[in-house]
Amino acid sequence: MPKIKYIEQNGNSKTIEVDNGLTVMEGAIQNNVPGIDADCGGSMACATCHVYVEDSWLNKLPKAEDAEQDMIDMAYKPNKNSRLSCQIVVSDEIDGLTVTTPEKQT
Amino acid sequence: MIKTDVVIIGAGPVGLFSVHQLGIKGLKSEVIDNLDKAGGQCIELYPDKPIYDIPAVPECSGKSLTDNLLEQIKPFKPKIHLNERVQEIKEDKGLWILKTSNNKTFATPNIIIAGGVGSFEPRKLPLKELTKFEGKSVFYSVTDKTLFKNKKISIFGGGDSALDWALEFSKYSKVTLIHRRNEFRGAPHTLKELEKLKADGKITIKTPFQIDSINEGKEIKFIKIKNDDEKTEKIETDIILGFFGLIMQLGPIAEWGLNMNKKTIQVNTENFQTNKQGIYAVGDICSYPGKLKLILSGFHEAALASVECFKRARPNEKYRFQFTTSSKEIHDRLGVKK
Repeated sequence: MPKIKYIEQNGNSKTIEVDNGLTVMEGAIQNNVPGIDADCGGSMACATCHVYVEDSWLNKLPKAEDAEQDMIDMAYKPNKNSRLSCQIVVSDEIDGLTVTTPEKQT
Repeated sequence: MIKTDVVIIGAGPVGLFSVHQLGIKGLKSEVIDNLDKAGGQCIELYPDKPIYDIPAVPECSGKSLTDNLLEQIKPFKPKIHLNERVQEIKEDKGLWILKTSNNKTFATPNIIIAGGVGSFEPRKLPLKELTKFEGKSVFYSVTDKTLFKNKKISIFGGGDSALDWALEFSKYSKVTLIHRRNEFRGAPHTLKELEKLKADGKITIKTPFQIDSINEGKEIKFIKIKNDDEKTEKIETDIILGFFGLIMQLGPIAEWGLNMNKKTIQVNTENFQTNKQGIYAVGDICSYPGKLKLILSGFHEAALASVECFKRARPNEKYRFQFTTSSKEIHDRLGVKK
């Protein structure tokens, strides 16, 4: 099962095995990873599952669609590594993906 | 004080359908919502996006779902109190007394919380120092345009609201539009107009930039913005406007002594009652084993909660289950003419 590493702003991290097909957001919610709210449940309508993807992974993920970028505009302190974790689908190709959660989501 | 059988908090799809389920049982209800229109997330977050999982409705939009629900509850002449948030509740002689942000009070044996993920509030700029200027020189919405005349205005955001106000204020103020990326999202004619104003030097556009800091002191004089490479620029500014859409905040509900599970309220799935007698939670805000955040689940939850509401509102009557197809009583309540 692919492993996803979630790092908090304070440096704490959790590495979790997430089933293929789930999203990085679902992996976090199901395993009580702090820092991801996912208020809208994954319908790309709230930007509260915002994460920063580690540089080395940024170009290995499918590019964010326009609608995702529009939502990231609303997120708390976005940067060029910003993605919505509900739009990153876990697969063997992204085994080892590392994301950092923002200071807060709202 | 308004007396009613049930107060429903939240005018989203599940709150609206609650009016129906209560109405066919002969119960009166009042709905309170913080937004300026009914529909909740459906109308605020995805009015035009399609929904495919409403039973017997192959496809509809957030807007059409809301319109149809409003049509369906019309016979009950629903009273929907908009732009109001329930601030506090307390118990008094077996009734719940609610007080809203507009100082309206309600007395009722039943409260159905259909609050989604909370009430919608504008998202703010991520700079703490700005809080003390809110309403004076920092704004997240525009109510009085005259405040924005002959000023140096820095507008943050890349969507329709940011663009529309940038165009409007550029007529009589010096506007800088700041956005975190180069692409703006707006109606084609708005984007065209923006290009023109930029070319004519009527609007300054700064991308990809975000706010970094403001000057110290009692008044805003300038702001600093920075890009992803930490390059900063200083912009003289009297007024800061931020348009980052709305965020849902649970707000006062968290302080009512209800058993919570993160941002959701734990309920008994027989009647969707919370740990407080006469307070129910339905829709996205409730949690129980196996909960799905689907509109259709919310409809079911509202139906069951309405039965318990009947028992508390009419303690001397016996509840009788009736079908809408065959009950003369329900037809009368719906105003069906035969």
